[in-house]
Amino acid sequence: MELSFQTVMSQVMLGLNNGVFYAILSLGLAVIFGLLNIVNFVHGALYMLGAYVALLGYTMLGPLIGKPDFHLNYWAALIVAPLVVGLLGIGVERAMLRRLRKFDHLYGLLLTFGLALIIQGVFTNYFNVSGDAYDAKPEALEGAVNLGFMLFPKYRLWVIVISLLVCFGTWFVIERTKLGSYLRAGTENPELVKAFGVNVPLMITLTYGYGVALAAFAGVLAAPIYSVSPVMGSEMIITVFAVVVIGGMGSIMGSIITGLLLGMVEGFTKVVYAPASSTVIFLIMVVVLLVKPTGLFGRES
Amino acid sequence: MNGPLHKEMLRITDLHAFYEESHILHGIDLTVGEGEVVTLLGRNGAGRTTILKSIMGLVGRRSGSITINGMEAIGMPTHRIARLGIGYCPEERGIFSSLTVEENLLLPQVVKAGGMSLAEIYGMFPNLQERRNSMGTRLSGGEQQMLAMARILRTGARLLLLDEITEGLAPVIVQTLGQLIGQLKGRGITIVLVEQNFHFAADLADRHYVIDRGVIADMIPRDELASNTEKLNQYLGV
Repeated sequence: MELSFQTVMSQVMLGLNNGVFYAILSLGLAVIFGLLNIVNFVHGALYMLGAYVALLGYTMLGPLIGKPDFHLNYWAALIVAPLVVGLLGIGVERAMLRRLRKFDHLYGLLLTFGLALIIQGVFTNYFNVSGDAYDAKPEALEGAVNLGFMLFPKYRLWVIVISLLVCFGTWFVIERTKLGSYLRAGTENPELVKAFGVNVPLMITLTYGYGVALAAFAGVLAAPIYSVSPVMGSEMIITVFAVVVIGGMGSIMGSIITGLLLGMVEGFTKVVYAPASSTVIFLIMVVVLLVKPTGLFGRES
Repeated sequence: MNGPLHKEMLRITDLHAFYEESHILHGIDLTVGEGEVVTLLGRNGAGRTTILKSIMGLVGRRSGSITINGMEAIGMPTHRIARLGIGYCPEERGIFSSLTVEENLLLPQVVKAGGMSLAEIYGMFPNLQERRNSMGTRLSGGEQQMLAMARILRTGARLLLLDEITEGLAPVIVQTLGQLIGQLKGRGITIVLVEQNFHFAADLADRHYVIDRGVIADMIPRDELASNTEKLNQYLGV
């Protein structure tokens, strides 16, 4: 088989496109795991919820509020969906996760897993499992761009650029700012940070809200590419957890880099041996677990 | 330097504290006046660290009364207790390894006006300035202890709770710490010191509380220290 530069690059670019979703989702999981010590299993369902906020905002919100001509447009959805899901996350943290803080973090995992099943179940009951198309892709992002080696859809390029901005922006805030220093300190020793006068419980609530808002943001970005379906989150989250395991739980930059790389590896595998492309990440996960159980970027503790 | 001359800074009444099932403090009563330096002496495991942690609300369960400047603090969440004007230096120093020296310094919230500025702190600890962009735990043990002290000087706290600050440090650093505490006392700051190094404590403190198995066994003012040496040795098991 001949591997032309063009075929490889085009698959790698499409892989990168998947990779930014892995990155943004595993970043949210890493931030949440760092401060809350919870494996947030509901992350995939909230990603799906973000996509539905965009979809329903476009198709159903207008008639619902008695203004049939009103459609929540794509740009507004990019703001509204993270807000809605972030607020929901804040409610979940305050009402449920907070009560589990004294216990083993297994309970947090079980609780969020249960929530994921409930949310997915409710949506499966009301919406089409095989997916609905989201037709509100802005005109400005229609068409393709010539990258030299391929014509690349403009929308996918936008997704890559904005996702990278959000990921590295989040990294910058956490690793390089004063606000981030509270977060890092709270990850290390929350009790002492409290003793220094910082309202750690509030910080935890807002961090959870931000982490799940990222998932919803990714959901809106995904809506015009993939069809919006109740199971889109559970399909995505399995791969994302493998990414998290490979990168190492809790490392911010590690989760971003691993997400991007594995997306590209997946794309590359599609060229070399397509049937393996959906399993290659899990193969890597097995190898990494055997060689370095804390993950590529994980810290030994 | 004790008694009614001072405004009361800290009053603990019938304090009980628990970790899980174990009952650590069995009714502690003590008071510390404004500007006083008071030590808590006792054997390891007597409950001295637990007293400091109870003040900060860092133990599982506690009962009784703790007033700071007349404010009841026993029901408050930890961050609000800190904002009453308390600086806490834990036994394990608590330097954050993912934060730079300067980030460590800037972490504790300013709780009252009148704390030292960053420039003043760097003037006092030139080593910390030199290494301000290093990660916190890259410092030597002595430097880490200086950092742990320095970062609560910024906050303007008027009551410092210092847990075993001389532990494991070279004599010259212990001496520096002694001078620092002298200076703080000169500024009218109230200090509660948990100390293993009795000579260090004896030079600095106005009064000594002896803690034994979760209760206050004795209180010895500075001027009665000499006449009580034998009793003290018995308490401390020296």
